[in-house]
Amino acid sequence: MEAEAILTTRNLTMRFGGLTAVSAFNAAIPRGSIVGLIGPNGAGKTTCFNMITGFYQPSEGQVHFKGRDITGTPPHKVCHSGIARTFQNIRLFGNGTVLENVMVGCHVRQATGWWQAVLGLPSSRKEARALMEKSRELLAVVDLGDLADEKAGALPYGAQRRLEIARALATEPAFLLLDEPAAGMNPNETQELMGFVRDIRRRFDLTILLIEHDMKVVMGICEHIWVLDYGVTIAEGCPEAIRANPKVIEAYLGEEAVGHA
Amino acid sequence: MQAQRTILNLLAAAVLGLFLWWAEGHLDGYKIQILNLIAVNIILALSLNLIYGFTGMFSLGHAGFMAIGAYVCSVLILDPAQKEMLFILEPAYTWVQQAQAPFFVAVMAGGLAAAFFGVLVGAPLLRLGDDYLGMATLGFAEIVRVLAINLPRVTNGALGFKGIPGHANLWWNYAWCVFTLFFVVRLVASNSGNVFKAIRDDESAAKAMGIDVFRHKLLSFSLGAFFAGVGGALLGSLVATIDPKMFNFVLTFNVLMIVVTGGLGSITGSVVAGVVITILLEWLRVVENPLFIGDWELPGIPGMRMVVFSLALICIILFRREGFMGKREFNWGWLLRSLGNKAGRHGS
Repeated sequence: MEAEAILTTRNLTMRFGGLTAVSAFNAAIPRGSIVGLIGPNGAGKTTCFNMITGFYQPSEGQVHFKGRDITGTPPHKVCHSGIARTFQNIRLFGNGTVLENVMVGCHVRQATGWWQAVLGLPSSRKEARALMEKSRELLAVVDLGDLADEKAGALPYGAQRRLEIARALATEPAFLLLDEPAAGMNPNETQELMGFVRDIRRRFDLTILLIEHDMKVVMGICEHIWVLDYGVTIAEGCPEAIRANPKVIEAYLGEEAVGHA
Repeated sequence: MQAQRTILNLLAAAVLGLFLWWAEGHLDGYKIQILNLIAVNIILALSLNLIYGFTGMFSLGHAGFMAIGAYVCSVLILDPAQKEMLFILEPAYTWVQQAQAPFFVAVMAGGLAAAFFGVLVGAPLLRLGDDYLGMATLGFAEIVRVLAINLPRVTNGALGFKGIPGHANLWWNYAWCVFTLFFVVRLVASNSGNVFKAIRDDESAAKAMGIDVFRHKLLSFSLGAFFAGVGGALLGSLVATIDPKMFNFVLTFNVLMIVVTGGLGSITGSVVAGVVITILLEWLRVVENPLFIGDWELPGIPGMRMVVFSLALICIILFRREGFMGKREFNWGWLLRSLGNKAGRHGS
């Protein structure tokens, strides 16, 4: 399964003052895979996401995407290069409609600008219709087709998570980062989510990196897992290897539990 | 539906045209002046709503942009002989003395100059967050005012300009007003409008969606500045006299009051509040006159109007924070449906 890596990080390190949030994170993520990043609370998972997507400037190390160094590139340019993300605490454009949220995602691939829209040029009208069409299709994919004109902030929690994914897909990414997609979901919804993630990978030809606390999700869909604890990568490998790794069990359950086991 | 809406819009414009034509012949100068002020205030409110209501940038620099627009336009429409008489503190620079342009070009130049300054101050300031941006833009407006006082060879210092030609009649004002409305409606309805609102709602998420937040903020800010400049230019020609004192914070406050009352992020709200508040501001002059209750005389207090308005604003913020319209907009379909319903009920 050794496909070429779409994204590699080398010695990615983030220090906040004296605190090292992430130290020397090395990963090579094969194109087309679903991989996971796990670890206890405060292990530095989201910090890794923020460094990859340009929200943080890493203190050290590099991120390479499709063979290009994107370290320290601002977030909107990272997105333009084909990396999209969702947020741990859902961040929708709450006052906009569901459809408008997805259309904002389309903007990064839009060719016509504001003045063409004001002048009402045919090229601009045509593109606006195409974007609308594309957004509605994406909403159908995440099963929100009927709610297109609802206010995004008024959606139930699960629907908001799906909308955030649809919005990310609208930017036409090759690489998608999901920050705790199953948070707050019941076992049924979690089961559906797993099928959904596999489905969008196939459909949109994606590589997916996810942060998740729900071990059933992580072990169920990830082909490769990195485990962080206090910013240090303590293990990596396939789900079976991670499950059996004493260091991981220790990080999650505490030293005593391992001793007693 | 699209064609139907275009027809209805054209009809509305025609009705407005007929009304203006009627007003010109039948209303006295005072009422026409109020109609003119309504048009100018709507332009100003729409421009601030674009910046604050739609893009979420708390800007208090409107008076500054208006001053720039008003001065640039006035210099261009005053004729050289008039300027020779006006500049009594120090003679004007030759290029100020000789600058001349037709009214439309002068207003456009006023708007463009304001937009240019919008880019100039926006570039460093728009990196600031909410309250800090408010403070900084307020500072900018004050700087403009102080410069206007201290550049007598361009602005005639504290004396300002008198006898500015009154080209800004009903037709010009409402033409600019309709153009501004058209522009802002089209812009906000486009995907760029969605992007502005996205930045307002969540800047980080907007960045993650590939939006160059800074570029779009600067765009919205300078477009808003352009229309503020246009509004200032029309106002200068309308009131015939401008001086630095006129462009103080109260002017910004008036515009802000219209925008907040109408609803941040509602174009309809800005238009309706522009009409209502302009009329009220005039009508409330009554409270500044001496008031007789029986034999007892309550002396008139200058500035009482603003006290009443400030109280009204406080009440709006307390009880209806989203403003008169919230973020809702007028649309024809909605009007036709509600008319249809009423007709249906009458019929049955």
